[in-house]
Amino acid sequence: MASPDPPYDEPAYRSSALRAPRRPLVPLPGGPTEASGPVFGEDEVEPGDADLTCHHEGEPLGQRINVSGRLLDGDGRAVAGQLVEIWQANAAGRYAHEVDQHPAPLDPNFTGAGRCLTGPDGSYRFVTIKPGAYPWRNHPNAWRPAHIHFSVFGRAFTERLVTQMYFPGDPLLAHDPIYLSVRDEQARERLVSSFDWQTTEEEWALGYRFDVVLGGHLATPVEGLR
Amino acid sequence: MRGPTPSQTVGPFFRFGLAWLAGRDLVAEGHPGLLRLHGVVRDGEGDPVTDAVVEIWQADPAGKFPPRSPSGWRGFGRCLTGPDGGYSFATAKPGRVDGMQAPHIDISLFARGLLQRLVTRVYFPDEGPANSSDPVLTSLPDPSRAETLVGVPDGLGLRFDMCLQGPGETVFFAW
Repeated sequence: MASPDPPYDEPAYRSSALRAPRRPLVPLPGGPTEASGPVFGEDEVEPGDADLTCHHEGEPLGQRINVSGRLLDGDGRAVAGQLVEIWQANAAGRYAHEVDQHPAPLDPNFTGAGRCLTGPDGSYRFVTIKPGAYPWRNHPNAWRPAHIHFSVFGRAFTERLVTQMYFPGDPLLAHDPIYLSVRDEQARERLVSSFDWQTTEEEWALGYRFDVVLGGHLATPVEGLR
Repeated sequence: MRGPTPSQTVGPFFRFGLAWLAGRDLVAEGHPGLLRLHGVVRDGEGDPVTDAVVEIWQADPAGKFPPRSPSGWRGFGRCLTGPDGGYSFATAKPGRVDGMQAPHIDISLFARGLLQRLVTRVYFPDEGPANSSDPVLTSLPDPSRAETLVGVPDGLGLRFDMCLQGPGETVFFAW
């Protein structure tokens, strides 16, 4: 399957101008280094790390949400026991980061970072609040759609993926150069979570579902490694 | 069948989300075979890239990866670049992973402005014969760029700068 990934050089995304390589990438023949990847243990991730609403004295402001899904390989098989990291802005669209100068309030009860290992069926689940949109200076009146950053490892160096999860029906998606950098419309829509009644809890939280499917462009994994 | 999830940039505001896994040395200070791998990431104007995530993945000195390497060998490191664009890892020189490839360390580089990660490799300057028969180093379309993949020994250890654009642009790989 062709790679759905965006190009490095994306004129509509200003930050790429001085950072996108100008020379063509060189194909890397896969070897043992690319066919393997780091292993993370249960002892490195606490159960509470997947609940972004419970790390401070009070509850964060905003719409409480359950974000869950599965980590799958290109053949649709579960990828178990792999690290998933997320980070996001608070409900007002402000990051708990010194460089973020957006004049929206910080929430003393929300940092916005979480992690977990996928279960035997590849599943993960986070409790958090819905992040707000925020302005950036990429172009006049530029606003990023609400999103949650995802970092996943997969089983091999080639499967390493950092991406962003968006929310369904967000009118800002159609104007976001980062979202639109994925040229293929179907691939782009795989970045958008779906509202999910199954994980919506009565009197408590809305549910959103977001499956992550690993590419890993390595044509022939080395025999004997996993 | 759903296709793969596309990559998106790590953005500028990742520090509070990714720092927990950064700064863990691959080998302890004082380890007899300690290799200090360090360098600076620069953009097309030569300015330091102060908001990059550098991750390394490598075999142990015997050429093994977890779970086949001795326990305690993680093979993975993450470093968030500082105000000078610098990164640093305390690691050990990897062994050969097969009969063909010279010892190498794989690097993933994430940053604002990069819609997907960049992948490169560090090779070792004291591995002349192995480097000269390495299938990656010897098949570069422009052989003169091979030097961008070889670390430079210095007082600290092995220096490996990454240049995202320009005359000394580092070789980056498609995988």
